[in-house]
Amino acid sequence: MNSSRVSTLVIRTPEGIAFSLPLACPVTRCLAWVIDIGCIMGLITIVGTFLRLASLISLDLGRALVVVGYFVVQVGYGIVCEWLWRGQTVGKRLLRLRVMDAQGLHLQFSQVALRNLLRIVDSIPAFYLVGGVFSLCNSRAQRLGDLVANTIVVRHLKLPEPDVDQLVAGKYNSLRDYPHLEARLRQRVSPREAGLALQALLRRDQLDPQARLDLFEQMASHFRSLVLFPAEACEGITAEQYVRNVVDVLFRPQVR
Amino acid sequence: MIIDLHKFLETERPAWTELEQILGNLEDEPNWRMDLDQLKHFHYLYERASADLGKIVTFASEPETRHYLESLVARAYGEIHESRAKARRLDLPRWFFHTFPQTFRRHVRAFWLAVAVTLAGCMFGGLALALDPDAKAVIMPFEHLQSNPSERVAREEQSTHDHLAGERGSFSAFLMTHNTQVSVFALALGATWGVGTILLLFYNGVILGAVAVDYILAGQTRFLAGWLLPHGSFEIPAILIAGQGGLILGRALIGWGTRASLKTRLRAVSGDLVTLIFGVAVLLVWAGLVESFLSQYHEPVIPYSFKIIFGLIELALLSLLLGKSGASAAAETTEAG
Repeated sequence: MNSSRVSTLVIRTPEGIAFSLPLACPVTRCLAWVIDIGCIMGLITIVGTFLRLASLISLDLGRALVVVGYFVVQVGYGIVCEWLWRGQTVGKRLLRLRVMDAQGLHLQFSQVALRNLLRIVDSIPAFYLVGGVFSLCNSRAQRLGDLVANTIVVRHLKLPEPDVDQLVAGKYNSLRDYPHLEARLRQRVSPREAGLALQALLRRDQLDPQARLDLFEQMASHFRSLVLFPAEACEGITAEQYVRNVVDVLFRPQVR
Repeated sequence: MIIDLHKFLETERPAWTELEQILGNLEDEPNWRMDLDQLKHFHYLYERASADLGKIVTFASEPETRHYLESLVARAYGEIHESRAKARRLDLPRWFFHTFPQTFRRHVRAFWLAVAVTLAGCMFGGLALALDPDAKAVIMPFEHLQSNPSERVAREEQSTHDHLAGERGSFSAFLMTHNTQVSVFALALGATWGVGTILLLFYNGVILGAVAVDYILAGQTRFLAGWLLPHGSFEIPAILIAGQGGLILGRALIGWGTRASLKTRLRAVSGDLVTLIFGVAVLLVWAGLVESFLSQYHEPVIPYSFKIIFGLIELALLSLLLGKSGASAAAETTEAG
């Protein structure tokens, strides 16, 4: 396993594959913590209201239950949420963060309990100063509790299955009439340029109309400068359609 | 070379979807167990997704598919390569009477070190108070300990008013939560390479020693034993066990006498630390109840002899729990292993 000073943790598996986990920055974690404090206060109010009902039987019993209830909510909130929701509290869920084992393995109950119990040291002298300093100095943004429990907090992005069918399937492509130029195009376009063109098409609906025109105009002129197709292949098609045809050529070579 | 992404996705997508479904099942139902054939198929799907990730990183600059595959492989990696036992349903009596004492005994040297540090503090506090009675206000900065022991004993024994009437429950709840917080703090301070834990144990010892010497010098040894033993026989060992946890953590951070990496050392003790601190919390619940409902009542309400015998029986039972409980089960496990 391996880590870098950028905000990702790269894990190399015994199968020789590397995958990266995007680490949460201290500021986002702090915001999640603020949300969690609000939740704890809300829970304390609700639990306190219910437990006070015991005062109808005995005032002393009611007070005792409230004291224990407050303590259990304060200490147990993080442990219970992170254990039941596999590393998430309400704050972390809202900000799409998740606690994970630092080696990408299963999060164990002992890790969840330990990182939450060690908040007591991370929060001294006030406002998580110790924890904040530790996470700023640590390449994996771990506070002391994370370090001891061997956990990290990652950004948890819900990734849908990729869908490129809409871009490259079932449409006439005028560039395909020139196989020798297609081959030259595939040779001259780098994987990075191909990836950029594909991403531009995937995100085209998110662009402003003018920006979309400008971007595809620039891309089309770049691809035209790499390989010059005859005028009849490009006649009557927009810059965006030209880029779409290029992507089709690059990512779906025809089997002949 | 750029791979035929469309064909690649069309061919591989069913395998990814199947792997995602299995992962979903595993995440939703932690107790779900696969048979051997299902496990082999799961492993095959994981290796196939890993190989696809390798291909897409090498031959195509397509971040969306790469990120999707990375997240899939990351989730499957956690399931496939995890060798630690999965959490079973918690059996509380078994945990308290077997796991907790076994864990305590496994790290008993750290416990004796915690006892030694506390005793050193006791000696220091006791000697300081014996040699310089004026130091009392500095050594014991608590208002209720400042009065003359003989005067307090006389006051308590003559009192006809129950000063805890209507407050015993809330006082006991306060004691439980406060002492648990102190114990968690003692364990957590182990993160300072054990230095914080040692200082806290020593300071606790100083106060304990000073109080003991104060009452002994005033000729109130019986009162002291009757006052402290009923709850102290659980409370003091509980704080010492929390200190034991802190010292275990400190040792794991320092890495004394082992060549294992920091991660391996911490991974090895994390479960034990949690067991110890939850065991301590249980002991402190009992101590809080006893302190509120028994320790605060003195002669003539409750005879000192009864309180002392009660405390000694508790101490004997606790020693039996920590020293012997679960020993046969541990031996059976060792033999079976």
